[in-house]
Amino acid sequence: MTDEAMMDDEMDGEEGVIKKFLYVNRKAPYGTIYALESLEVVLIATAFDQDVSLVFIDDGVYQLIKGQNTEGIGVKNFSPTYRALEMYDVEKLYVSKDSMAERGLTEDDLIVPVEVLDNDQMKTLMEEQDVILSF
Amino acid sequence: MSIEVNGKTLETDEEGYLANINEWEEGVATVMAKEDELELTDEHWEIINFLREYYEEYQVAPAVRVLTKAVGKKMGKDKGNSKYLYALFPYGPGKQACRYAGLPKPTGCV
Repeated sequence: MTDEAMMDDEMDGEEGVIKKFLYVNRKAPYGTIYALESLEVVLIATAFDQDVSLVFIDDGVYQLIKGQNTEGIGVKNFSPTYRALEMYDVEKLYVSKDSMAERGLTEDDLIVPVEVLDNDQMKTLMEEQDVILSF
Repeated sequence: MSIEVNGKTLETDEEGYLANINEWEEGVATVMAKEDELELTDEHWEIINFLREYYEEYQVAPAVRVLTKAVGKKMGKDKGNSKYLYALFPYGPGKQACRYAGLPKPTGCV
């Protein structure tokens, strides 16, 4: 049986209900495993055709910063993978306006197009979700 | 686990994926294909090379549906479809072609 056929079988019982999933990323990309784990969960979960959004808050905004170089710390630089998210139909990426400002960052410093949200907009976004996963 | 390629022993994981992507050479794909009793044609190499470029660019082994879409974009609909890709790589284009290309197992493939 192919991967796709198995997936179809598993989905049958669910009647194709699409839920809104929000992945909240709050930590710097390296030093802990959270950022990479979150990205992998997002990629895996795209197989289930849900409505996926990603938000980057606090040091999480550094996950998207351009020009990452991990040679000195001996781990993989996985930041190019954020540019592949579009091909996985993950197109809703948000960053916190305050977190960007506190770190002196603008959208031009980031490797992917994002929407900048203030705290009220962030609150609204979170209230709209069925599932919120925090990393 | 390991495979023998041109007199060198290359380490693989328990599912046969190359442990170190930087050790890849064309012989890796040839040896792995031979174990699967598969003769690699230009059409196979086109997909293997495409996967290596994809990984270089995005640092991720694409899930099969993403690979299918990306191949379609680059090479046209004749090749960017499940039937064509499964005919080339009967064990699954995501898993099998990624393994031949020295990539890790695609994220999300079970």
